[in-house]
Amino acid sequence: MSDDLKLLDDVANSEYKWGFVSNIESDNAPKGLNEDIVRFISAKKNEPEWLLEYRLKAFRHWQTMTEPVWPNVTYPKVDFQDIIYYSAPKPKVQLDSLDDLDPEIKATFDKLGISLEEQKRLANVAVDAVIDSVSVKTTFREALLEKGIIFSSFSEAVHEHPELVKKYLGSVVPYTDNFYAALNAAVFSDGSFCYIPKGVRCPMELSTYFRINSAGTGQFERTLIIADEGAYVSYLEGCTAPMRDENQLHAAVVEIVSHAEAQVKYSTVQNWYPGDKEGKGGIFNFVTKRGICLGNKSKISWTQVETGSAVTWKYPSVILKGDNSVGEFYSVAVTNNMQQADTGTKMIHIGKNTSSTIISKGISGGRSHNSYRGLVKINKSADNARNFSQCDSLLLGDQCGAHTFPYLEVSNKSAKVEHEATTSKVGEDQIFYCNQRGISTEDAVGLIVNGYCKEVFNQLPMEFAVEAQKLLAISLEGSVG
Amino acid sequence: MSTLQETKNTILTSTLFQDWVNASPRVDAFAAITKDAAQAFLLQGIPTTKHEEWKYTNVTRLANTTFEISKSNTTLMNADVTNEKVTEDAILVIIENGILNKAASNMDGLPKGVHIGSIHDLKDNAAIQKHFLQHADYKSEPFVALNTATFSDAVCILAEANVEYNTPIHLMMVNTSNEANVYIPVRVFVAAEKNASIHVVETYVSKGNNTNAFVNAVSEVVVAENAKVNYVKLQDESSNTTHINYHRIAMARDSYEHLTTLSLGGGLIRNNLNIRLGDVNGTAYLNGLTVARFNQLVDHHTVVDHAMPHCYSNELYKNIIDDSAQGVFNGKIFVRKDAQKTNAFQSNKNLLLSDEASMNAKPQLEIFADDVKCSHGATTGQLDDEALFYLRARGIGEDAARALLNHAFAADVIEGIAHEGIKEKMLELLKEKLK
Repeated sequence: MSDDLKLLDDVANSEYKWGFVSNIESDNAPKGLNEDIVRFISAKKNEPEWLLEYRLKAFRHWQTMTEPVWPNVTYPKVDFQDIIYYSAPKPKVQLDSLDDLDPEIKATFDKLGISLEEQKRLANVAVDAVIDSVSVKTTFREALLEKGIIFSSFSEAVHEHPELVKKYLGSVVPYTDNFYAALNAAVFSDGSFCYIPKGVRCPMELSTYFRINSAGTGQFERTLIIADEGAYVSYLEGCTAPMRDENQLHAAVVEIVSHAEAQVKYSTVQNWYPGDKEGKGGIFNFVTKRGICLGNKSKISWTQVETGSAVTWKYPSVILKGDNSVGEFYSVAVTNNMQQADTGTKMIHIGKNTSSTIISKGISGGRSHNSYRGLVKINKSADNARNFSQCDSLLLGDQCGAHTFPYLEVSNKSAKVEHEATTSKVGEDQIFYCNQRGISTEDAVGLIVNGYCKEVFNQLPMEFAVEAQKLLAISLEGSVG
Repeated sequence: MSTLQETKNTILTSTLFQDWVNASPRVDAFAAITKDAAQAFLLQGIPTTKHEEWKYTNVTRLANTTFEISKSNTTLMNADVTNEKVTEDAILVIIENGILNKAASNMDGLPKGVHIGSIHDLKDNAAIQKHFLQHADYKSEPFVALNTATFSDAVCILAEANVEYNTPIHLMMVNTSNEANVYIPVRVFVAAEKNASIHVVETYVSKGNNTNAFVNAVSEVVVAENAKVNYVKLQDESSNTTHINYHRIAMARDSYEHLTTLSLGGGLIRNNLNIRLGDVNGTAYLNGLTVARFNQLVDHHTVVDHAMPHCYSNELYKNIIDDSAQGVFNGKIFVRKDAQKTNAFQSNKNLLLSDEASMNAKPQLEIFADDVKCSHGATTGQLDDEALFYLRARGIGEDAARALLNHAFAADVIEGIAHEGIKEKMLELLKEKLK
């Protein structure tokens, strides 16, 4: 046990590896939020009238709402008037090639380990790199356009494909949905837009990186992914953020629409600054992610690896409206030190023969708290619906907590719903077994925890699986017993 | 949560509530607590579905009915009820409309060291002085507060140290009132002293002609060091009864309790079960079975609180939901920071038999210690077609085959009852219900 304690200490002392501040001049809005700021953001982005109207409607609705307090997390109240709602990096000109990219930004990406050139050449990944709200560079766009695939920043899409944006914006997550969704709808800065036309299989993994850069700016990303009939797309989102002492709010909205026989696979690795070991600083990650399976045999799959943020509050959900549609949720959530996570999913079964799978792995260490909260709802109309849920928690210390709040609401007798959950620690016998074979305790814990998460990592695309394992290794560095 | 100011036309307008409080003969020794509870109830009011603990169970109709506290005299005679005893030799204790009816009870043959009686007679007993009204939390449970403020009698069972008594003590709660909208508070107190062992059965039945009854029962069970309490609760009341039950078990070191809750009849049933493993090496079993039909709503809320290390808890709840009935299960397991080496298991299995039936389950783990083994599982489904086919292929009619499978599913819960006589009686009752 004393060994374990020492190792825990080591972990607690390990520094956040991705913390650095890049020095790019920002074009900021004044602090605070009112209708003028909403108009300022809209004007800054040259938005059409209908979008401004949408923002204003959302803002007015937001004013009538109160912050939700039901999540199992505690944090200092966010002062919404103390946030800068818009900041854009100065060089805003559209770039023709990577060479034109601001060297500072480029260096930032290099530090993050996403060398655009490398990825362009080797990995066959198109990257829509977002630094503080404005999309800086999109690669592979032409290649995608040939197939009719639209992959651009949200603001470009507003100008180039207003009919699509107008049709789908808010169709899955209306601005009335919740407090943060309303806030996002009012002040969203930028994000990614993706449309896969009928019958097209997207030839590469679409990828975007979000970074929160200027101090004191909240990021309000808006992502919209539409897969038309028979289309397929795999979408990656990855995050790292620099070290800051001030809490930063991130309230993103992701909407996915999957038409008949279409498939969308959404993977994300989140490694934002979790605050220091006393819980000072760190990102508040209050995100609404939801997809809808509109047609027959459509499918949406969420995979997430959550290692960062001081407070995470996130439930990627699937509405299974079409018959025979499939929803999946795979999640690894790691919390350490003073981090808190309240995450899970909602599977709403409406169509017949719909099925959903939930695999959630929570790992808590330090003085952190990790909650799984999930809803499986089988509506009366959902004949032969099927759900399997498994949520396991691993505790790496006697100061942390693991919580499970599953809601199973079944109103159809032909439904089959199974839920199971376990909580345990890394077995001493397992560590002993490894030790005996010459594997150090630190490596053994890494091995065991990686094995524990394997079911989820297997769902990640290759590049991400590597990154996820690296992240886990960093989180567990100095090892935990 | 609603306050009284919000719920207009409530049963519990303060004047009416005050009548209730005044109507209850007070036990002076506990007046301070009952007064405090009355205050606590007025603060809390009747919960609405916006309250997380009452999300699936709507009890606002309690607030919209003008109930009267039961004023019926005890009328039952021993001959009326004696054939309903759980076993031939059981000690029968009749609680009629919340009042102990000694005439109808039969407590012959009680051994020295086991005492059964009304709180009015036993109020000077040391265990009662120490524990009575101390365990059921009226500060956060509105119906416990209501009960504590309004009960006029409480039946107490006291087993002295080292008494091992294997004959069932059968508490039969009978509602014989004929008032239209009647409110009946029922209060039970059980204490098993060091090394004692007892078997208690609570059954709830209706025999009156009232059209709308609200039974609000609270049981406090104190299990001392190395004591053993086997408990069975059976709810089989009329369909116009709203039954709210709070059962609290406080466990000392090395103690053992086994509780089986069978909800077979009634209108709306809400069971709040709260077990606190307050010292090391306690063992707690909680089993529950619901057979709900017609418009019934049966809600089981359980809390198992592991406060100290080396304890074991095991929970098995099964629900059979038919017609347009609704089932609710919320099982919470808390493992506190100090409760290392805890083993806590929970299993919830539900059968939906009709298109209109629904089931809401919420198994919940909250764990603050690392060296623990905890698991929960929940399933909802229907009868296995293949099993049904197997039976049909052997010449068993469809209805009989279904009854057989339902029985097999449910009997699992009853099989856990330690006392053979009680077990047989309960299996018999179940068979009757599933016909």
